[in-house]
Amino acid sequence: MQGALSHIRICDFTGQLAGAGATKWLAAFGAEVIRIEDPVKEGRWDILRSTPPFIDARRGVNFGGGFNNHNTDKKGITLNLRTDKGKQILTEIIKKSDAVTENFAAGVLDKWGFSYEELKRIKPDIIYVSNCGFGHKGPYSQFKTWGPIVQAVSGLTFSSALPGQPPAGWGYSFMDHTGGYYMAMAIMLALLERDNSGLGQWVDLACTEAGLSLNGPALLDWTVNQRPMRQPGGFNSNRSQFTPMAPHGIYPCSGEDEWIAIACRNDSEWLSLHKIIQDNPQDQAETSWGRQFDHLQNRLDHQDELDQALASWTMQQDKFHLQDCLRQARIPVGAVQKPRERIDEDPTTECFDLWPTIQHSKMGQVRVDGLPARFSETPWQMTHGGPCLGEHTDEILMQLLDKSSDEVEQLREEGVI
Amino acid sequence: MSALNGVRVIELANETNAFAGKLLGDMGADVILIEPVNGEPSRAYPPFVDDQPGDNHSLYFMHYNTSKRSVVLDLDTQAGQDAFKQLIYSSDILLESEPVNRLSDLGLDYKDLVKLQPKLIHAALTPYGRDQALSDLPVTDLTLMASSGPPWSCGYDDHSLPPVRGWGQQAYHTGCHYAFMSILTALLYRNVSGRGQFIDISISAALNVTTEASSYSWLVSGTTVQRQTGRHAATKPTAESQVKCADGRYVNTGVPPRFPEEFGRLLTWLTETGLAEDFPEAVFLDMGANWQGPFDLSLIGEDETITAIFMAGRDALMKIAHSSSAYDFFIGCQNSGLSVGIVYAPEEAFEDEHFQARGFPVEVQHDDLDRTITYPGAPYQLPVSPWSISRRAPHLGEHTTEILAGLATENDEHR
Repeated sequence: MQGALSHIRICDFTGQLAGAGATKWLAAFGAEVIRIEDPVKEGRWDILRSTPPFIDARRGVNFGGGFNNHNTDKKGITLNLRTDKGKQILTEIIKKSDAVTENFAAGVLDKWGFSYEELKRIKPDIIYVSNCGFGHKGPYSQFKTWGPIVQAVSGLTFSSALPGQPPAGWGYSFMDHTGGYYMAMAIMLALLERDNSGLGQWVDLACTEAGLSLNGPALLDWTVNQRPMRQPGGFNSNRSQFTPMAPHGIYPCSGEDEWIAIACRNDSEWLSLHKIIQDNPQDQAETSWGRQFDHLQNRLDHQDELDQALASWTMQQDKFHLQDCLRQARIPVGAVQKPRERIDEDPTTECFDLWPTIQHSKMGQVRVDGLPARFSETPWQMTHGGPCLGEHTDEILMQLLDKSSDEVEQLREEGVI
Repeated sequence: MSALNGVRVIELANETNAFAGKLLGDMGADVILIEPVNGEPSRAYPPFVDDQPGDNHSLYFMHYNTSKRSVVLDLDTQAGQDAFKQLIYSSDILLESEPVNRLSDLGLDYKDLVKLQPKLIHAALTPYGRDQALSDLPVTDLTLMASSGPPWSCGYDDHSLPPVRGWGQQAYHTGCHYAFMSILTALLYRNVSGRGQFIDISISAALNVTTEASSYSWLVSGTTVQRQTGRHAATKPTAESQVKCADGRYVNTGVPPRFPEEFGRLLTWLTETGLAEDFPEAVFLDMGANWQGPFDLSLIGEDETITAIFMAGRDALMKIAHSSSAYDFFIGCQNSGLSVGIVYAPEEAFEDEHFQARGFPVEVQHDDLDRTITYPGAPYQLPVSPWSISRRAPHLGEHTTEILAGLATENDEHR
């Protein structure tokens, strides 16, 4: 089937999640994404190639669960760029590509002899998107990052916390995911510009800037009102900082490590919740409280007290039962779902076909993250797993670059591929 | 020049999709915000200019609605619907987060609108998807996050403390990122096929696939990650990576040293600052610096020497952190090639010399307030088609007359 991006070819050096996540989107819509990896280091620059989770006891560069997840439907070739012939083959691929993408530290591609100037010489309207933590320009351009470092520097770790505690941060690389989204946007924006004007360009994407831009209202509060987010007493990110809402938090439920998020946006939602509390008294829980909280300002002024009282009531209830009750009363609520619950038992993710099963050449059938968008004309597709090391080298050299099988064999003997 | 030059977007005002409209507008699309007579409720959200509530004083609304124009239309009236259809006639994209049946009840859903504009791209961003009754129940950023995955992974080693929601409307941001990516994809397809389409985007689904190992540990090996303080949730406990420095601020120590040159630079640093003297493990750093062959991390815990060297690297980082300011630690480590980060509050990052030098803060003229306001700038730098805030957020209905009058002319020309 024709995909939305079947007319696009990407010469792809990305890896990990911040880069690979970007080209995963393009591949799902039919773009031909050709991952180029180093045969000498067996592609291990992308550490996810050989790191857990694993589907069974097998280990090695073709069995990393994260790599498979982030590289569905891409093609993988190996190319030794230390050799002149390797550079020549790369040049031929670039000539036939719409974009070159990478998320190395600044300057790596340049060192191999493929600066933007050189890419442009090879193909004048080439699009080059580089994605690194601090970008290729500026005082910190040589600094190295991972997702957690990007989150720390861009304010996102700080703003995930409970008062009196160190920052909790994000317990995963939110900015590797999100940096990948911005990279996908940048690639597509540059493609649209080329459709308009015929011009290519180099997009210098700095993940930290993308992260910083996600603090909008807080930054305006700083530039206009000089109000910093760093305040004595710390920060409770489970509360609503701008729009006044209370209660607004994550409360304990019965069972081990079970929680529920509840938010009352106004007095009427609070009164509905209060009625449910009165109608469902729990042993040992103080339920005579409540009336003093009828007004938003009182709830905001005494949030600690309110949270404590509410928690004493929620902690004896099943989170999904309570979620049903509050949904019926049209109060914003969300049980904190564990991976099994949201992946295997939640009909809302299932109906999006959010966890497709793909076929990986060595691992066999594996479920992966799908995409959260349904297109009426050009639905995304995920069928193949992440490429094994060099899985498509012969195919690309022979079909895209018209090499004969003898030539390919010779390149292999010479250590070029 | 602009990547979205000539692309007209009709955005039905809603805090849920506002950020997607901003992403489009700041890249050059002509974004027309359709607001009800009383205005989009987020016009009244704090914080406010000079902490004074009032019309056009919401910094929240100002941020999320840059580069847009505002038209007031009452879609419950025939006149409002007619004007809306006229706008669609001249538009490329409809972006909305309406209740799931509202537009079809009004006869203004994709199936109706495509007859007026066959190339229309209609993006619907809803909590759980366009065919889910659940999407019409009230949600907030917090409740969407909770049921969709992120907080399960965020919080503290102490599990008597609740899971934590990363602050800042990141649920809506994530939905909007996917809405924007979807629209760009559909535009690229339309450029080659001439065809538009309807796109149904679920915020909850978007969050579900923005949880890294939480999802794929379950999908691949049936294992469940557990939250930990200031570092990745994991299926087995991992060592701390967030440290409080001498000035009381925090840093993230990242991945500990594992290459000879990293051990070497660390040792040099310790020696130069005089810290090596009371750090007997320095001898292991020296061994690490002179290590021959691969330093096999998988042997940590099995090979005594490798374990001792690795631990010495970690301990040396901690020692330096405990005796320096967070900023000095960050700069010193990075200058030594170690990937560490300072935990900045957003305003501290904004003022940092790196982002200033890259031109991240941008000035926007507010003729209405008689001042210039500094905004967060470009998330990506496209030199040929630069990101820019083309205008401040519109006042309610500021462009109603201008746009509706323009439409009459445009449609006359079309006829």
